[in-house]
Amino acid sequence: MNVLTSHLRKYETAPVCHDIQVNGQLVGLHDSGVLWWPEESLLVVADLHLEKGSSYARRGVMLPPYDTGATLEKLAGVMDAFDPARVICLGDSFHDADGSDRLPAPYRAMLTTLQLGREWIWVTGNHDPVAPVRLCGETVDEIAVGPLKFRHEPVEEIGTKGTAGEICGHLHPVARVRRFGRSIRRSCFITDGTRLVLPAFGALTGGLNVADRAYSTLFTRRQFSVFMLGNDRLYPFTASRLVGD
Amino acid sequence: MDAALLPNRFQSWFASRGWAARPHQLQLIDHLAQGHSTLLIAPTGAGKTLAGFLPSLVELDLRGKVKPGQAGGGVHTLYISPLKALAVDIARNLEAPVNEMGLPIKLETRTGDTPSHKRQRQKLNPPDILLTTPEQIALLLSDPISARLFASLKTVILDELHALVTSKRGDLLSLGLARLRRIAPKLRTIGLSATVAKPDDLRAYLVDQPDVNRRALSHVVEVSGGAMPEISILDSDQRLPWSGHSSRYAIGDIYELIKAHNVSLLFVNTRSQAEMVFQELWRINEDTLPIALHHGSLDVGQRRKVEAAMSSGALRAVVATSSLDMGIDWGDIDLVVNIGAPKGASRLAQRIGRANHRMDEPSKAVLIPSNRFEVLECQAALAASKRGDQDTPPLRKGALDVLAQHVMGLACAEPLDLTATFDEIRSSETYRYLDWETFERVVDFVATGGYALKSYDQYAKLKKGKDGLWRISHPKLAQQYRLNVGTIVEAPKLKVRLVRSKADGRRTPVGRGGRILGEIEEYFVDQMVPGDTFLFGGEVVRFEAIRENETYVSRAKTDNPMIPSYMGGKFPLSTYLADGVRAMLANPKSWKHLPIQVREWLEIQKAKSVLPARDGLLVETFPRSNKHYMVCYPFEGRLAHQTLGMLLTKRLERLGARPMGFVANDYALSVWGLGDLSLLFSSGRISLDALFEEDILGDDLDAWLADSSLMKRTFRNCAVIAGLIERRHPGQEKTGRQVTVSSDLIYDVLRMHEPDHILLKATWADAAEGLLDISRLGELLARVRGRITHSVLTRVSPLAVPILLEIGKEPVYGEAMDSLLEDAAEDLVQEAMA
Repeated sequence: MNVLTSHLRKYETAPVCHDIQVNGQLVGLHDSGVLWWPEESLLVVADLHLEKGSSYARRGVMLPPYDTGATLEKLAGVMDAFDPARVICLGDSFHDADGSDRLPAPYRAMLTTLQLGREWIWVTGNHDPVAPVRLCGETVDEIAVGPLKFRHEPVEEIGTKGTAGEICGHLHPVARVRRFGRSIRRSCFITDGTRLVLPAFGALTGGLNVADRAYSTLFTRRQFSVFMLGNDRLYPFTASRLVGD
Repeated sequence: MDAALLPNRFQSWFASRGWAARPHQLQLIDHLAQGHSTLLIAPTGAGKTLAGFLPSLVELDLRGKVKPGQAGGGVHTLYISPLKALAVDIARNLEAPVNEMGLPIKLETRTGDTPSHKRQRQKLNPPDILLTTPEQIALLLSDPISARLFASLKTVILDELHALVTSKRGDLLSLGLARLRRIAPKLRTIGLSATVAKPDDLRAYLVDQPDVNRRALSHVVEVSGGAMPEISILDSDQRLPWSGHSSRYAIGDIYELIKAHNVSLLFVNTRSQAEMVFQELWRINEDTLPIALHHGSLDVGQRRKVEAAMSSGALRAVVATSSLDMGIDWGDIDLVVNIGAPKGASRLAQRIGRANHRMDEPSKAVLIPSNRFEVLECQAALAASKRGDQDTPPLRKGALDVLAQHVMGLACAEPLDLTATFDEIRSSETYRYLDWETFERVVDFVATGGYALKSYDQYAKLKKGKDGLWRISHPKLAQQYRLNVGTIVEAPKLKVRLVRSKADGRRTPVGRGGRILGEIEEYFVDQMVPGDTFLFGGEVVRFEAIRENETYVSRAKTDNPMIPSYMGGKFPLSTYLADGVRAMLANPKSWKHLPIQVREWLEIQKAKSVLPARDGLLVETFPRSNKHYMVCYPFEGRLAHQTLGMLLTKRLERLGARPMGFVANDYALSVWGLGDLSLLFSSGRISLDALFEEDILGDDLDAWLADSSLMKRTFRNCAVIAGLIERRHPGQEKTGRQVTVSSDLIYDVLRMHEPDHILLKATWADAAEGLLDISRLGELLARVRGRITHSVLTRVSPLAVPILLEIGKEPVYGEAMDSLLEDAAEDLVQEAMA
């Protein structure tokens, strides 16, 4: 478990979060891509896509089998740093419905260790519409805590009552900025102050640029901000500074 | 040579044309008749192609017609060309003699454009002569029918062999040849090649290599080059530019040249140069001469039109990139103009060969250097041409990603016996070095991805049966393989569609119905923001937007594009020419052939600083507007310089010299920063010898590669070729960008968890030869060890001017990604606080 200790070393001090308000509630965004709500001791992570490698391998595409390990190790580091009482996995935690069944024993053990002493909630996603097998935790379609609603896919409406306070995943947002003729593309949080979409946490998860029209049903054009993931910090940008792919 | 080798029918055909068979054509018939594979080296216009086919035509004439299914049927001769257009062209040219002599021969082409019903029919009822491409050979060999199809194959003709063997396509083809030889052991090969530096490489490529320690060679027939070409370097009255690649200064001279000749072919190195020259020529084309444009990014229909007009003699000039370099007959060209640097002696010779297809008349060519350094390069190329020297690259070592693809293909055709397959593969010249362990790893990669963590065994694509043979685990895999065959992974491209402008007051550009102008590389579009103008298809267009896989542009109302479109030369300067340039610089006596402007430039350099020595390295340092510059002149080509710049910047940073960026071209490299480099070097606080020490290729290189986008691009290509990632096909929703993203992620995961993986090994080998040119950089560092001259200056030297002028035009490297983000974020703060 030397990997775990290296993560521990990284977070010797309390992790610094970027505090923002979503639907009036103060929450913290962390550069690992998780959301942290200190009052509730609640940690939210989206789109783990565990066992994506083996999912592809079943079709004859032999992606490196290290994605689940890499994702869980990163998650373990985050758990160590925040020590949450409650964890919400925002859907697509497994790349396909059989993913949890295929989970190799060492990783299953690792995940179980992470769950020890915590309330664990699996929100279902389009990739994993069923409860994971042989794993602890409660499975729900969505869950509300205070003014916030946690679900996998955002509702395609803007400014309606049902969407206020929505915390979602699903879209794998990334943003691109251009500078000195070069451009940088990173995973990001995207929010307009009433709802928030988390970046995908999984190791082999690609992304969809926030300039894509898929976001136009969720956020009013140019009326949103992103927080791009950097090394040890987040980089905030308003929509007008971003470019498409 | 005995003309009796030719049957009567052939002799009278030659006679009816007023021709006689040439000695090399007869020699080739003779060699083949004795069962020898043969390499034919001949300049353009020597009747090379006919020579290649004659032995087969004669044999097929003697054999007579064979009914389908009868013994002795199947393909008799395979003709393999690097271009499908060339295969089609040759087939057309071959039909004339076949019909005129009434030979009982069926010949057909098979390319990616051949309709599937015809391809299917060709398998069941094959032609006697099949003209095709390396990819089609790989496809046919992955079919179980291949053993029957090629059982009576007698001859394989490899056209433009010198061009084929320098790429991964050549690797794939050499593996295909090895398989064909196993199916038809008496197979003879004919290689047709332009003059090359090392003919033995090609001779070895053509034959079976049974002995690991001894290189077997084919026979060779060499036709000496016809008349010496008349090459001159343009001596313009205009001022020679210090830098840049536009050759704009010489447009008037070029126009006069076109006027003075019947048909001119104008070669440039890049698409954007072609665009620029074409536009400038039309700007001054007062006689409205028919001048056309031809490059690979233009719409196919457009290109075909130009080609047709060219061969019908309707054009006076064509501006072309290397898309016209090879093969195809372009009618009576009487002048080749090479605009910009030739980059290699052999490349220039092949381009010049396009003029005058009769080899006894001299080809005429004019070289147009676009800046001062290029004058030196042109001069070196001219000297090489006079001596007949060649600088074609050496034969490649076969790539492992190509091998992986081939192994899968073989398994699709028939169950694999690993030992026999290994021997077969090692019998090809490019894979003779392959060891068993590496081969096993490649097989393991094909089967399960080749990971140390064995978690995919249950999904294996290849499984070993009880008989010890390896089979594909599902027929679907063969289908998948066929969709992904080939070694050409194109840079992702976007279609360019002409739309109406947003600037006219519309809220969004009108897309539908606009004309498609062609295709453009994604990385080029990536740099643009709406409103930027650039040259495309001979006109200035305005970038509007990207929609899915299309770039929307509108007609711009300006003549001056805003985006400097030169993206760097496609080919780096050859080692051979580089040496020529260094020799010339070091020896003032050789300057007498140079234009007076260039001579003056070098004289002043000699007076103010030092001339670079032929085998050493000159490093100049000087301050300029609050920054300190270091310029060195290795002349090793842009790629090697970029890699060196990246490494030097890292090292200087560690040594506290505070470098800020660097810029590289084919001749020189400049690094600048805040630290006083003159003082640091001359005081000995930083030793130049240590800075350029060869160990820079160790840890520093590793550290940099971890995050290099070049490396990621290389990895993507390898992963596609090796079959790890599926190739994208027209009509699929997956865009190139999505492929890029996922392969980047795979690369990161793999580097982290299995740095010894076979695919990373293949990527590294590729990068060392290709984009990073590490092999050449290594040679450079070894050459200059102990021979570094430091010249401390108070101001910029004449030789340094060109490279400094490129700052701002060429991409500048060196800033870390995160600091860029930080900077952009700072801007935002200022914006908010203002």
